[in-house]
Amino acid sequence: MITEELKIKINELLPSVTYEEGGEWPTLNIESKDWLRFADSLRNDDQLFFNYLFCVTCVDWKTLLTMVYHLTSTKHRHTIVVKSKLDRNNPEIETVSHIWRTADFHEREAYEMFGVKFLNHSDLRLLILPDGWEGKNPMRKDFEDPVNMIRL
Amino acid sequence: MYRETEIIKDATAIDADGDLVINVGPQHPATHGVLHLVITLNGETIKKVEPHLGYIHRSIEKMCESLTYRQFIYVTSRMDYLSAHINNHACALCVEKGLQVEIPPRAQVIRVLMDELTRLASHELWWGAMAMDLGAFTPFFHAFRERETINDIMEETCGARLTMNYMVPGGVMADIHPNFQKRVKEFIQLYKSKINEYDELVTGNIIFQNRMKGVGYLSPKDAISYGCTGPTARGSGVSCDIRKLYPYEVYSKVAFDEILETGCDSFARYMVRIKEMQQSIRIIEQLIDNIPEGDFQAKTKAVLKLPKGEFYSRVETARGEFGVYIISEGGMTPYRIKFRSPGFSNLSALDHMARGSKIGDLIAMMGTLDLVIPDIDR
Repeated sequence: MITEELKIKINELLPSVTYEEGGEWPTLNIESKDWLRFADSLRNDDQLFFNYLFCVTCVDWKTLLTMVYHLTSTKHRHTIVVKSKLDRNNPEIETVSHIWRTADFHEREAYEMFGVKFLNHSDLRLLILPDGWEGKNPMRKDFEDPVNMIRL
Repeated sequence: MYRETEIIKDATAIDADGDLVINVGPQHPATHGVLHLVITLNGETIKKVEPHLGYIHRSIEKMCESLTYRQFIYVTSRMDYLSAHINNHACALCVEKGLQVEIPPRAQVIRVLMDELTRLASHELWWGAMAMDLGAFTPFFHAFRERETINDIMEETCGARLTMNYMVPGGVMADIHPNFQKRVKEFIQLYKSKINEYDELVTGNIIFQNRMKGVGYLSPKDAISYGCTGPTARGSGVSCDIRKLYPYEVYSKVAFDEILETGCDSFARYMVRIKEMQQSIRIIEQLIDNIPEGDFQAKTKAVLKLPKGEFYSRVETARGEFGVYIISEGGMTPYRIKFRSPGFSNLSALDHMARGSKIGDLIAMMGTLDLVIPDIDR
């Protein structure tokens, strides 16, 4: 599907979506409360069929956090980027690990590194950090490690 | 840190249902690095495999936030150390996307040649190590005979054998060594004279086939859902070769096949890699005599600054799709950088693949996933 058709289709699904300028692929901004329903229709709609979630990231903007999802369809070969802003003090978003299984590990990584809480995730535990890790989330901008050098 | 992990402390490792919980790793010869798996067993049957990562986590993404666009590429060689060239390549491509630099044709061809040599070297090591996991020690030496030849070629041109740091934004760091073409041709001759040994030693072996066929089933749908890429997904018949789907450099101009197998089992994944090695040789043969004359590096400023925005580049490493996602605020360093490593997603499918199989088969499955732990942990 070409970009314009894609945008029309997405607007039908979720009218409150806004687009970001620039970037290689259409970049959508959505509200976190819409994510679960929207993700479900992105995956299961025949015309969209975004079945391959290839990158899940969180970005710390110092005042807020942003979750970034990169999605591709292996059938139609179109790609979109979905972003959702989260409150930095209490970041919460619905999990999509039951829709795309790869999200399971990626969400666990975002959980420990950025402190994002994925609601209804079946197994939200530390993956990379050692068990019993206490303190701040290492990938946030205000994290400083007194022992290990992370900033070069 | 060691004390903190879930190494089982009490003697009652058998829980109420009669399941036995055992640890494989973090130091185990078959995990090829510091991977720690907690396996729940019922008799010999696997009920659950739970990877514990982080033993070699260096937070490379965070480190890169304080390195300039010229510096951060050197750190990425330390992630997937068997595909160091290709990692560097992805980073260079991403920076070039932001700078909108045109790369000279000579540099493009050299890059592809190096990528394919790296892929060969990586698959050689995988083949030897995989056979060793199954108890055959001899193939390891056969594989290393060829791999060392590639490393020698790399050493001559790049100055290093493992972490090359040869690709820089704008092209490659230095021109190829005068001996390069001659030695690559010699290598192709050597490889072609030895390739039959591989099949005689391992592929056709009945014990090997019995241990691989029908083991570690991964359906095409699951492969996509788990985000598997590279030979792991292509063994399930999922077309996902970035070189074909989103060609970069000169991949659109060379003839090669994307290898797809439909077996969905360990043997299919094995065959994909074996056949891929021959495709790499095919690409190298087409390019080695056709390296265009000219610059090996485009002219770029001494200090690189990317415009405000987001850039994403994806390449095909020996293990699958490697993505670099740079968010720039216009400065000399990236604001945030994310490496989408193929091993991380491939590993997440292991639990699904292994459930219901015997514990002995787990090692064969891990072998066909071709895990490189620093690539997973980053």
